[in-house]
This record gives sequence, C-alpha cells and structure tokens, in this order.
Amino acid sequence: MNIPKDLKYTKTHEWARVEGDVAVIGITDHAQHELTDIVYVELPQVDARVETNKESAIVESVKAASDIYAPVSGDVTAVNNELAATPELLNKDPYGKGWMFKVRMSDPGQLGELLTAAQYAKHIGA
Amino acid sequence: MDYIPSTEADLQTMIADIGVRDFEQLIASIPRDLRVARLNLPPPLTELELVRELQRLAGQNRSLDQLVSFLGAGGYEHFIPSAIDPLVMRGEFYTAYTPYQAEASQGTLQAIYEYQTMIARLTGMDVSNASLYDGASALAEAALLCLNAAPQRKAVAISSAIHPEYRQTVRTYLQGHDVEIIELPVHDGQTDVGALADRTDLAAVLMQSPNYFGCVEPMAQAAEAAHAAGSLFVACVNPISLGVLAPPGEYGADIAVGEGQPLGIPVGYGGPWLGFFATSRKLVHRIAGRIVGCTRDAYGERGFVLTLQAREQHIRREKATSNICTNQALMALRACIYMSLIGKQGLRELAELNVRRAHLCAKTIAHIPGYRLKYTAPFFNEFMVVCPIPAQTVCDQLLAEGIVAGHPMGNDLLVCVTETKSEADIDRFANALMRVKR
Amino acid sequence: MRRDRLIFEQSTPGHRAVTFPHSGNSPMESFLPAEMLRQHEADLPEVSELDVVRHFTHLSQLNFSVDTHFYPLGSCTMKYNPKVNDYVAALPGMANVHPLQPVATTQGLLQLLAELEQFLCEICGMDAFTLQPCAGAQGELTGMLMIHAYHKTKGRQRHKVLVPDSSHGTNPSSAHLCGYEVVMVPSTSDGEVDLAAFTKALDEDVAAVMFTNPNTYGLFESRIVELARVAHAKGALLYYDGANLNALCGLARPGDVGFDVVHVNTHKTFSTPHGGGGPGAGPVGVKKILEPFLPVPRLRRERNGWNWDDNRPQSIGRVRAFYGNIGILVRAYAYIRAHGFEGLQRNSRAAIVNANYLKEKLKQDFPPAFDRPCMHECILMASQYRANGILPRDIAKRLLDYGVHAPTIEWPVHGALMIEPTETESRSTLDKFIEAMRQVAQEIRSDPEKVKGAPQTMPVSRLDEVKAARELDIVFSNPL
Repeated sequence: MNIPKDLKYTKTHEWARVEGDVAVIGITDHAQHELTDIVYVELPQVDARVETNKESAIVESVKAASDIYAPVSGDVTAVNNELAATPELLNKDPYGKGWMFKVRMSDPGQLGELLTAAQYAKHIGA
Repeated sequence: MDYIPSTEADLQTMIADIGVRDFEQLIASIPRDLRVARLNLPPPLTELELVRELQRLAGQNRSLDQLVSFLGAGGYEHFIPSAIDPLVMRGEFYTAYTPYQAEASQGTLQAIYEYQTMIARLTGMDVSNASLYDGASALAEAALLCLNAAPQRKAVAISSAIHPEYRQTVRTYLQGHDVEIIELPVHDGQTDVGALADRTDLAAVLMQSPNYFGCVEPMAQAAEAAHAAGSLFVACVNPISLGVLAPPGEYGADIAVGEGQPLGIPVGYGGPWLGFFATSRKLVHRIAGRIVGCTRDAYGERGFVLTLQAREQHIRREKATSNICTNQALMALRACIYMSLIGKQGLRELAELNVRRAHLCAKTIAHIPGYRLKYTAPFFNEFMVVCPIPAQTVCDQLLAEGIVAGHPMGNDLLVCVTETKSEADIDRFANALMRVKR
Repeated sequence: MRRDRLIFEQSTPGHRAVTFPHSGNSPMESFLPAEMLRQHEADLPEVSELDVVRHFTHLSQLNFSVDTHFYPLGSCTMKYNPKVNDYVAALPGMANVHPLQPVATTQGLLQLLAELEQFLCEICGMDAFTLQPCAGAQGELTGMLMIHAYHKTKGRQRHKVLVPDSSHGTNPSSAHLCGYEVVMVPSTSDGEVDLAAFTKALDEDVAAVMFTNPNTYGLFESRIVELARVAHAKGALLYYDGANLNALCGLARPGDVGFDVVHVNTHKTFSTPHGGGGPGAGPVGVKKILEPFLPVPRLRRERNGWNWDDNRPQSIGRVRAFYGNIGILVRAYAYIRAHGFEGLQRNSRAAIVNANYLKEKLKQDFPPAFDRPCMHECILMASQYRANGILPRDIAKRLLDYGVHAPTIEWPVHGALMIEPTETESRSTLDKFIEAMRQVAQEIRSDPEKVKGAPQTMPVSRLDEVKAARELDIVFSNPL
C-alpha cells in the first residue's frame, strides 16, 4: 500500500499536500482500493467554502458512493477537471494525476491535527 | 383456497427433517401472548366463488365501455392497441423481479432501455430513468432534484395552473425541507411568469403544459424567464400532446416529467400509472430511480444492466437521490410497446386527431346558447366550458343519458375529447347539453 | 446465445403497426400558434405489429421469472402470483373506470377498497389504513411524514430516527427525505437489535424508530416488546417495515406489539406480481393517534354509499394523484378473500417450514449465520469460500446455470446468501435447489474456475458494470 511520506492524512482516507498556503487534496491508495473501479466524481465548485469533517466531494464506484471530507477548511481554488472524463485516474494515480481539489487554508494550524504517513499506516493496519 | 403445494403430511416430514418436535418449536421466539387466535376476515373462497364475488363488485361500477365520457383532468381515455396485453401478461415479464441479476433479466432490461430511449426522444431530452410512480410524484422528485442541485437556493415556484393534486403532492414531498413554495398566478388560463424576474433564490420553476385547464402554456418564454432568474426549469407534459407540441428539450427545459398513463395504460380508477422523468445530461447523476445502461459482457457482446446504482437507496441509504426502490416497470413496458405500435407517424396522427376532434367539440359547444369557452388560450384536447347553470347539475342530467360530461368546478366544466370520441359522440354530447333543463 | 436487436434497429421508414381514423386535413397551425408546434418528429420506431410482437416475445424469453423459475430472493417474497387475481383486476368494471367518475358509478370499487382497508387493519392490528402509497418506500415516506406532523402538533420538533444497521436502504433514505437525521443502532452477535445500545441512543430528540420484524436476518426480534416500551417511554413512535410480514401473517400482529405505524408490501406478502420492478403498492396502517394525519382523500360512508373525503385539516397531504395503484389493490383484495384467516396462517406456517428445511439441508456446505430457527428466510454463509477465490456473487451466477434465480447476496450480512423460498414452493422444488447448491459447493472445492466463469448458459455472460457507469449509454445512439 502506497503511503507517501511527504503527505498528511485523515482517518477517513484523504491526503493533503501543502504548497504554500494551499493544500492539494485527494484520496489515498487504500481508499481507491476499497472503492474499486471509480466511475464518477462530484467535486466542489471553485470558490466554494469547505470545512473539515463536512462532506465536500463524492466518489462513486459501481458498488458504493463515498463522501470525501476536506482535511482542512478554506476556499476551493481549483478542481481537477480531468476527473470528469477519466475518473479512473483516482484508481491509477491517486497521489498524482488523481488529485481532486485545492484549498486555500483558512487555518493552517489544522494541519497539525492530521496524521503523518506513519500514523496513517498504523491506522489502516499497513 | 391457497397455493401451498405441500400437504400436511409433506410439512410434517419436513418438520421432522428439520429436527424439531413440531412447528411450535420453530416459532418459539414469538411471545405467546402476541399469538393471534383468530382474525376477523371473511371465510375463504374457492376460485369459482371468488370470481363471482369480484364480478358482483365489478357489476356495481359503470365502466367506460358503458358510458360516453368526456373526463380528463389528469387521467385520459385513449385507444389501447390489443397487442399490448398479451405481451405484457407473459409470465416472464409479469412475474419477474427487479433486474438486479442482469444475466437473468435481459428481457426486462432491454425493454426498459428501449423505454428510456423513447421517452428521451419523445421529450427531446438527453436522458430518462426507468420510471417513477406517477406524474405527481415525478414532479415532486423533480423539485427535490433541483433543490439538491442548488443547496443555497431555498425557493421553488410552481404554477397554479398545474393540476391541484400535483401541487398538493409537491407540497407534501417538500414538507421536511426548509423551502418556500411560491404559486405563480394564472390569467386567462395561462401562467403569469412575471414574478420570476425579481427573485434570485429560486432552485426550480415548475410548469405544466397543457395545464390543468387544458391550455397550452408559453413554455419557451417561461424557461427563459426561469433561467434568467438562475433557476432550473421543470416541464410537466402530456406525452400524447408531444405528437404536435414542441417537446421540453426544444425549449430548454432542464427536466421533463409527466403522467405516462396515456401511453397504453388503462385508466384503472387512477392506478397503477406511470411517472416519466427525463433530464439534460448534466443532471444525470442526480436522477431519482433506476436507470438501465448498455454495456458489453465478457465476450464483447452487447448487454444491459442497472447502472449508477450508487445513487440509489440500497447503496447510498440516507444520502440517496431518492428513496424509491420498486417503481412501475411493467407500466414502462406497456408504454414502450405502445410507442412501438403507434410509431413515429402514428404519434403525430394521433395527436392531430385529438386536436381536431377536441376543437370540433369546443366549437360545437360554443355555439349552444348559454355555453361559452372560458379561455382564449390555445388548447390540445382539453378545454374549459362555462355553463349556464352549475356544472354539477349538467353532469347529473347527462349521466342519466349515459354521458359523463366532464369534470365540474362551480359553473365551469373541464371537457376532454380524445380519439375515442367519434363525431357522433360529439353530436350526442352537444344535443344533450342543449336539452339541459335550467 | 441469441442476440436481440433493439426495436430501433428493426425500424424501417414507412412501416407502422396501428393506424388511426382520418380526421380531416385542417393544419395544426389553424388551432395552435406555429411557435408552439413541434419542429422535428419524435424518432419512435417504425415497425409492423408482427415485428413488435416477435420482438417483445423474444425479450420475454430472456428473463427468469416466478412463472418459470424458483426465485428464492430473501426479503422479496417471490411467491406465486395467482392468475385469478389478474383476471378479476382486468374486469372492465374494475379496470376501465376513470378516477373522477361520479361516485354513484363506482360503488363496487369503493366498497372493495374500504373492505381492503378493514382486512389490513385486522391482519396488522391497526386502527386505520391508507391504500395510497405506490410501494413500500413511498409507504415509509408517508409514515415518516405522519410522524413528523404528529410531533409538530405536540409542540415539539424531534430530529432523529433510529434504524437498525441491518435495515433495508429505503428506511434511512425515507427518513432522510423527511428531514430526519438517521442514527444507526447496532445488532448483537445473536442477530437482534442491541437493547442496551438502543436504549442509550433513545433520547427525547428521537422522533421514531424503524424496525422490520422478523428482521432482515430472518429472526423474530425476541425483545421487541421491550424495545417498543423503551421507545414509547421516551415519546418516540414505532414504525414497522412490513417487508417480512409473510412470516407473521395470521400468527402475530405488529399493532399488538406496539407499532404505531406499519406499511405492507402487496407485491411481497399479498402476491401481487413484481412486474420486473413494479408496480407494487405500499398501504400504510396507523393507530388512532396518527389517524388525523393520513393522506387525503379518505373513504367515508355516507347516506347514499361511499364517498371520498378531502376535508381533513391535519392530513399530511398526498403522495400521488388520485387514490393509489388500484389495479394492484384489487389483486391484494382477491388474494385475501381467497385465503381467509386460515389460508393466511397456513401460508406463514409453510413459509417458515420451507425456510428452515432449506437451512437444515444446506448447513453442511453453507453454515447458517445464526444457530437458531429462522422464520421465513435464512441467511447462510459463503464467506468461507473466499479461500477458494469464490465470492457470493460467483455462486449467484453459477446457480443461474442450474436454472435457479440467485438468492439475495451480500445483504444484510456481508459474504452471505439470504434465501426465502416462500410457501408456494413444493418439497421437490426445494430438493432440486438443495441438490444444485450442493453441486455448486462441490464445484467450488474441485473446479472453482467453473463457478468464477459463470454464468455459462445465459443469454449474456457477466456484464461490465464499470463500463456501464463510466461510459454512460442509457439512451440509444446518444451516449454521454
């Protein structure tokens, strides 16, 4: 199970990569594996406000639909439009081309509450 | 009578095989004091007696075979081709379950895919679902979809020219939601959409055409007004009327719904009927109800499956697009067969026949002293007549002659004329109206 | 394998089936404004009547159905649909009647519906019934709306509904549609609702609790009376999902247990046909406290006979136009008249015996999830076959090759099969099913590829559901 060390994680299987005051958000390799083939992704609107622990996006596979929670609160600055035509990017490259959306953090202190790679690995029993 | 093939002896043998002493042991978990000693139900009947009893009850009703009816108001008497019943009554369709096991249900699945295609083409929309319960609940589901699609908007505008029971259904469905329902006023039989211009909080604008009064609404202008207000536009339409009238897709509706009963389904005292539901492609992931999709099997052969099930209640549970499970699949099958039988040309001819007959009738009635048409707006096959006396009295007198004059509302009478009314029927109707005792 | 063309692929311009009488030549523009007219004809098929008859007859032959196959879907009650019910529902006096006809011309139908309401009250132990909802899910919504209205009149608004984690998906989604927050209550390892967890979750913000009994595990909730008492003590109402009523009909009544509102599925317990996914009907019964909130219109006895009464100020409104899926309700009425109390009780008894018989005979290869007598359905485990690379889905597909429709899979227990034979199956059919299951188990052990590759004998092999969702093609020649 791939768990890049430079990312932060949530218990609900999202990751965040910090780029200045912006966090890039996606779902983990573990998450895409559990969901199996992803068929549809519903992303937030650009400029929408997302809050931690509130649903901000939905990922659908054939057998399940999962709510995605923003690891940090803030305003959405960009969404990955590739996912509309090729939702399978989430399966193939969850940390790279499968990124979901970017958030300008309203409270970077929230990053401290996220899990490290080691902690996430422990959480999923990897 | 029952349909249990096992005799008492068979059951006893099975009970022994199960390894318990008697049946009571199997239901030991039901508390003794809850056990029913007897139910006060009529004694059982053999099939012979049952048929006689139901025929007796049926005999206490007067059917449309025995009456000349000009009733519409939401339910429409249309010619039903005789090829539909034998096909639909085939046990393989009739007694099949929901097609969750696609490999054992290709008949149902393909038929529904064809139905979806026909509804999409009929309404001019991109996509359709596999059916909802009826037109009223389909309209309510459309309102809910619009609200879910625009969570910051908390108002819905609904024309007061929509069938009153449809409006009531929408209100009932929206009860649990924090939403303002605005009723758009009616002038001379058509909706006044002027109020839309001032609002910025509308998620949906709902209009019906032809409306409850039979009048064709200016849907293109209404759609434009709705979109200008940032709202989605829902068109509730009569499927037969789409043989001559512009379909929702042509005037920019986001969602098209309606009652599919005119498509080969008997009036049946109000049900089971058929709610159709079609949308633009961008709303497909929000659609309530089942959807059948085309795909390939392991050998590359074409096949059909239920798709986008992740939206539905059995997976998404409380976050589903709707709670609907069982829908009206057999009615969708009827509609599909009906549309195949009347075909491209037939739909247009049927719609034109309705228009001509209804307008002939309207013109004839308008010439009877004391009667006039209430509205000047254009109509399809239904129109409102103002009577010289209470319409209920007109109806009572005509019923005595075997004619159901229409739906009475005060001095107004809502009259519907479909292809089932011949010119002779229309003459008889007009004559009876002329002789009504005032 | 026969490949069927779509009806559109058989279209030939100019072909048609039905014709209409000539109605003159006056153009549509003389009646309707040109801008309201349709510009392009709807592209419906152009085929002959024989084409249509052959096409749909062929399609029907691709289906499994109760009329052709054993269909042991747990929780669906796929019992035989008596043909006499279809016959009587099609009598012109029942079927060819307009809902707005003067009531003097429909007294037979109104009498039938009024009696059906009474029968259902008696069977379920309730005080009043509405026949309006078109399916179980719509019945649940109706029930939830009434509960909501009830609490409102009490001057309190409650926000939560408790639902067992084993519940059917319509339960939480119906509650949610009503604006409630859904709270799951776990079950214990004995398959019943955890009374302690339930009591803990029950605070005064709980509007209602929804139960199925027997529950979806096929077990009678032995603590149901206590659960009901606990809920009522906190002012919550009890909702009964009648999906599993086929186990209890004539044996026990949800109203006697303490349920305030129930729905029944006529297409399960009362034999109305499934139709490939409906129409069904979901009548809802209530205790007196909820009667004022029932949908309109209600049937009322007047001097001259039955009439519809719209004047009910506390009603929640309506969930559809007109009165309900009448054709389906006529069938349910006929079914109850045919059976009477004795017949209904015999049904439940035979359904329970049949399910326990299967459980006992299959337990070697498919151990029961719960080691106790089941009611009308049983849950058998297949998760042990993961070691052979086989999932319940594979077993379901292989059973199709044996001429049996698959049982319910993976719900409510992951890795399991839920089997409900119903009372209308003979011992010999059950024995054939048992033999098929044993053979499949044997194949799993000796030749799992056969099972993995199933079905082999159906019109199609396994379908690519991922492709169906990713490359949406739900309208012919208009893929998204």
